[in-house]
Amino acid sequence: MITLDINGKTHELDIPEDMPLLYALRNQVGLNGAKYGCGLGQCGACTVLVNDKPVFSCLTPCGALAGKSVRTVESLGSAEQPGPLQKAFIDVQAAQCGYCIAGMIVRAQALLEANPQPDDETIRRHMAPNLCRCGTHVRILAAIKSVIAQGAKG
Amino acid sequence: MKRKTIIGAVLAIGVVGIGFAFWMMWRPEIPVASQHQNAGRESLDRGRRVVEAGDCAVCHTRPGGAYMAGGLPLVTPFGTLFTTNITPDRETGIGEWSLDAFERAMREGIARDGHFLYPAFPYVHYRKMSDADIADAYAFLMSVDPVKYTAPENHIIFPMNFRPLVSFWNLLFLHGEPLEPLPERSALWNRGRYLVEGAGHCSSCHSPLNLIGGEKSSELFNGGVVDGWTAPALRGMAMAEHPWNEAQLVAYLTGEVAQGHGAAAGPMLPVSLSIAQMPTEDAHAIAQYILDLEKTSSAVTLPPCASTAKPGAKALSGASLFDGACASCHGSAAPMRVIEARPALANTSAVTADSPRNLIQTILQGIPMSTAAPSHYMPSFAHSLDDAQLAALAEYLRNESCATRPWKDLEKTIKSIRAQEQQP
Repeated sequence: MITLDINGKTHELDIPEDMPLLYALRNQVGLNGAKYGCGLGQCGACTVLVNDKPVFSCLTPCGALAGKSVRTVESLGSAEQPGPLQKAFIDVQAAQCGYCIAGMIVRAQALLEANPQPDDETIRRHMAPNLCRCGTHVRILAAIKSVIAQGAKG
Repeated sequence: MKRKTIIGAVLAIGVVGIGFAFWMMWRPEIPVASQHQNAGRESLDRGRRVVEAGDCAVCHTRPGGAYMAGGLPLVTPFGTLFTTNITPDRETGIGEWSLDAFERAMREGIARDGHFLYPAFPYVHYRKMSDADIADAYAFLMSVDPVKYTAPENHIIFPMNFRPLVSFWNLLFLHGEPLEPLPERSALWNRGRYLVEGAGHCSSCHSPLNLIGGEKSSELFNGGVVDGWTAPALRGMAMAEHPWNEAQLVAYLTGEVAQGHGAAAGPMLPVSLSIAQMPTEDAHAIAQYILDLEKTSSAVTLPPCASTAKPGAKALSGASLFDGACASCHGSAAPMRVIEARPALANTSAVTADSPRNLIQTILQGIPMSTAAPSHYMPSFAHSLDDAQLAALAEYLRNESCATRPWKDLEKTIKSIRAQEQQP
């Protein structure tokens, strides 16, 4: 049995310890926010927070997560009550196809929690690992900057 | 009378001493150069290659900064240096430098205004370059976009913050003349020697340094540590347990994946991308010369590597960490392995090396996307694996590759590397 702390809730799962976290999130726990993109840590669609740091959940074995806390995009708000970043992404219509967006929001969340007032260069460098094939980066940056301008912590 | 003699002697010694100090530590300014004429196309093309061979931009361009405008921090045991602006900006760069001033800097480590440059600038190697190459490099540097930028102040500890003291260092380490080809060796070998020992300054990183930061001449090319990475020994590579051949080394040196070995990472990655800009013959020349370097040190004979199955609780955990974190690229059936015929991790230098340093650094930092096509990218695992998991993974990989010589003190090494790195 593997014990995972996901979004503040403890889950006891009968899964092998080498199962990537992404599979457990989607198939066992029913959290479908994080997406399978490349499976190689190259696109960032699967980004979640482990101990407040962004990681590629497709390359994080569940066996490596004992005693660590996992947070996914679902922890940041709901469709009815979106969190500040989620709301900003909706307001500027940052999503085109939307596949990368959960990963983008989670990675941005990690930045704003650690550094509420990053400059443009810091935002770009921090967000660089996450790719968007539709090319909505300009709107994604605008959404993040609007949250910074409000002074909200993600 | 006697007293006068003593006073006279003391004065004489004083004068001689001051004169000596002056002779040692004072260098004249070289007059400001007038506006530069643009050199001809051919000289610029040659100069571009010399500048790539010398890896000038690797240090003189900071991440995100303008080409050759400097500002990259170099951490040395004596403090932190910031590389200087070598664009032709007349105020903050080297726009006022004449060719004479540039050549003196390259051969003697003296700036145009007469101040001593720190030996992190590898003038001990550049002095071995030909006049023509230095002139072409100068012409090329004078043709890049001038940028107004002044690097931050250096933080060098006392007494090395007093630059004239470098003159004593130079007395010990600054010798050698422009390299003459050895007639008994091939033109390619001689070209390789010229590039490796001159512009390429390979031994700056690939040799152990002594207490005052000079390369140990008896240990030349026997490997060193730079920026927390192992710069492996360049001697005996052709005879190593996992021997290198010329084609593999050329691939490695030009930013590609070397069959059976792996690819450049860490501080060597930008160097390989620089060499990739040079003519292919130059990469062949460097490879041929390096593969000809024989072992000099009477190294302890180590038992041969072998992989033996050693099932244990820890190894098992390392195996499942590998399956969950690494196998999608490095597993034997992974597309990354099958399509590109990339080597198993057990064969890569990072795993076959006697020190776990480069494997740990690569897992922690990853390998950034680079300009090489295809780029040998790897994501960072700094945030997803903790020290104990990294150690288990490294132990598992080492066991697959060289169970007879396990790495010692893995967790300690991992902790010290993590402490050095400032993870974003």
